[in-house]
Amino acid sequence: MSDQAQTNDLELLTFRVADQEYSLDIMSVREIRGWTRTTPMPHAPDFMRGVINLRGTVLPVMDLARRLNLPSQETNDRNVIIVVKLQGTLTGLLVDAVSDIVAITEDDLQIPPDISSDPSLSVVRALTVIDDRMIRVLDLAAVVPNTSDEAA
Amino acid sequence: MSDQNDPMAEIRASFFIECEELLEALQDGLQELDDGSEDPETINVVFRAVHSIKGGAGAFGLEALVRFAHRYETVMDEVRNGNMHPDSEAMKLFFLAADHLSDLVRACRDETPLPEATSEELLERLDALLGEHGVEEEEEADDFQPLGMGISLDLPDLDAEPESSLAHYTIRFKPDQELFATGNEPQQLLRNLCGLGEAKISCVTTELPNLESLAPETPYVEWLIELDTEAAEPEIRDIFEFVDGLCTLEITCVSGPSAEDAGDTGPDLPDAPSLEATATPDVSTTPAAAEDTRTKPEDAPDKVVTLKKDDPAKEPADPEAKKAAPPAAKSVVRVDLERIERLVNLVGELVINQAMLSQSLDEAGLSPHSDAMNGLEEFQRLTRDIQDSVMMIRAQPVKSLFQRMSRIVRESSAAVEKEVRLVTEGEATEVDKTVIERLSDPLTHMIRNAVDHGLEPTEARQTAGKSKAGTVTLTAAHRSGRVIIEVSDDGAGINRERVLEKAVSKGLVAPDANLSDGEIDNLLFLPGFSTAAQVSSLSGRGVGMDVVKTSIQSLGGRISITSEKGKGTTFSISLPLTLAVLDGMVVNVAGETLVLPLNVVVETLSLGPDDVQMLRPGSYVVRVRGGFVPLYDLGVMLGYRAHRKTDAGAIVLLISLEDGSRAALVIDGIQDQRQVVIKGLDDSFYRAPGIAAATILGDGQIALILDPADIIAGSGHPRGADLMLSERKIANE
Repeated sequence: MSDQAQTNDLELLTFRVADQEYSLDIMSVREIRGWTRTTPMPHAPDFMRGVINLRGTVLPVMDLARRLNLPSQETNDRNVIIVVKLQGTLTGLLVDAVSDIVAITEDDLQIPPDISSDPSLSVVRALTVIDDRMIRVLDLAAVVPNTSDEAA
Repeated sequence: MSDQNDPMAEIRASFFIECEELLEALQDGLQELDDGSEDPETINVVFRAVHSIKGGAGAFGLEALVRFAHRYETVMDEVRNGNMHPDSEAMKLFFLAADHLSDLVRACRDETPLPEATSEELLERLDALLGEHGVEEEEEADDFQPLGMGISLDLPDLDAEPESSLAHYTIRFKPDQELFATGNEPQQLLRNLCGLGEAKISCVTTELPNLESLAPETPYVEWLIELDTEAAEPEIRDIFEFVDGLCTLEITCVSGPSAEDAGDTGPDLPDAPSLEATATPDVSTTPAAAEDTRTKPEDAPDKVVTLKKDDPAKEPADPEAKKAAPPAAKSVVRVDLERIERLVNLVGELVINQAMLSQSLDEAGLSPHSDAMNGLEEFQRLTRDIQDSVMMIRAQPVKSLFQRMSRIVRESSAAVEKEVRLVTEGEATEVDKTVIERLSDPLTHMIRNAVDHGLEPTEARQTAGKSKAGTVTLTAAHRSGRVIIEVSDDGAGINRERVLEKAVSKGLVAPDANLSDGEIDNLLFLPGFSTAAQVSSLSGRGVGMDVVKTSIQSLGGRISITSEKGKGTTFSISLPLTLAVLDGMVVNVAGETLVLPLNVVVETLSLGPDDVQMLRPGSYVVRVRGGFVPLYDLGVMLGYRAHRKTDAGAIVLLISLEDGSRAALVIDGIQDQRQVVIKGLDDSFYRAPGIAAATILGDGQIALILDPADIIAGSGHPRGADLMLSERKIANE
């Protein structure tokens, strides 16, 4: 068996949030939408931007920058909403801009150093380097809060 | 069904779906009759429902169903002809028979064993009913079923016999427009006739107008058929059974076979005289036959039967009759729920695209009077119409559910020997189909409870000075964006001492617990609670109200209970309207668009400078016609903006809540009143207080639908008793 087959190929969608580069496994990404005005939900946590209409269903949209405790940028036309699917639930993630799709192997991923004081790092599953830039690979399950589990 | 590709299975499936509708119509009709309706159309509807079930069942060889339906139909026919005037006992029997008919239909559909014993018992009772009114018809009942089948099979045998058994019939057949409208095909009928023997068919086209004056949907032609056949007249009539009432049919036997021959052809006919008996009542079964003056029975050479009925054009211009006619003509298409969902989503998308188009046309600087803009306006109107129409498809009235409950009441009241009347209200309330399906079980349980535990025994009622018959009321209504379904009885109310005693004995509450009445009532919802001193066969099997509560909660609903000693108990289920349609008022608050359920809005006011009074810092009341109503700024309540210095000039919606309390909500403006589709909010990681659901507006934006009761409950402002007190205080001063 060749070395190639053992290492899983991985495709990442890279995007920018507050001038940092993040990425997600492309298999969890359903679509990318241009920025549309969200309808705010009253008394929601500040990272909840509100809801948008995704072809007839109500899609909650989360401001990824605020979720990661990063300075939130003014929204502009280049902002996009990445629609992700986690355990059958669709969620929108508001990011600054989508950069690229890169193919890497599992070998290219590095476990992030354990700096537990930084809460935003706990959602980073791995780090990888592409063209000398560090890309953070997000752990989607940690990003999208699931209070139904907590409540139960 | 395993054989998906079998076309017969498909037809069979649709037959059973149709049966459900017919059974519903049957129930409706019986209910109307029971309520004292004198309208002949009502009994016609009942008769036709049974008749159609019989016809379909015959086609699928469902013997038991045919047999029962036929005898039932015979009785109904007697009622239709005015030979029988059903009393309340007979009506009860009719209801039972209708219930049994639906059991049979379901048993046939699911291919489960048929409840033969009940069939026999009911048939006996039906026959007994008939017995009082004449034996003739019963013979008809006996000979009906084997007739059609037996003969066609025996034909080859009979062919061997000499011509002597041939009868010569002249048949005049003129289809009505209805016949074509209901999808019948004259050619098929004529072909079937040819199957009976040698037929000479000629088409009479004398009535055919010139091409210019020809109305394409009006039938002008009729057929004259000269038929030589061994078949007896009822058999010929059988061919036309399904167009009965949709055509003019005259069958004249020119030279008939002797009575013996007729007897031969139908081996299962008891004897010849009964054939005469069969044919003659047929004349009377057609109410309009007497009116038909074209052919008088006396003029005919041998035997003439004219079938002509239910021709709407011929009926007197009675508005009642006109109104009753539509049920027969109502045509329905059955659609997969998934397809509707898809359509709804697509329409949502269409609306968004249209909004985008509109915006780009605007930006292109087109004149509002240009063709493109006019076209767009038309497009917008059409989109809105489509959206409205699509919305109407999804929801279903709760009527079918309530009808099932009326059966539960009949059965359970018979089981505990109480006289119970079911009153239903709000049957037209529309609820999502899945909600209706899942409500059936809990509601059944609650109805049984009401009959068994809620209502006191007849003697006790009379001692208490109540009417002998207990009343169970089942109501449905849209309220505050939710569906409220209430089951109430006029029984003795909850015996709180016993409930408490029982709860203590079961260790559900501490013996020294000091519980309010409401808390005691709610003990009923505890698992393993059953109040009836004796466990009856009906309820109290240990499956208690806790199961009801759980299933209601799984639908996202709440259940509450109110009871007054000696007056009765009311269970109230409040369900969210996920997927349902809501009449809403679209309003602006702090730049956001929100939707309020229209039914809570009592009136709209514009605030003057002196209308608002401070009750205590941070809480205000507004004076409305002498009363004081607490004032809430929606923008503040929802966290959209901070308090403003003055609300003067703002628009205020006066709302009235489920519990009867009132409140005034400050908004910035009213946009519209319209129907909106309710979209459930995915509250898996955030549930916003005060928000019931969301909807998608015409411009593709999402607007939140408010739950006013929730907003105000979460506000900490004075309300209810507190408020009434303050109101009274102010009024006294």
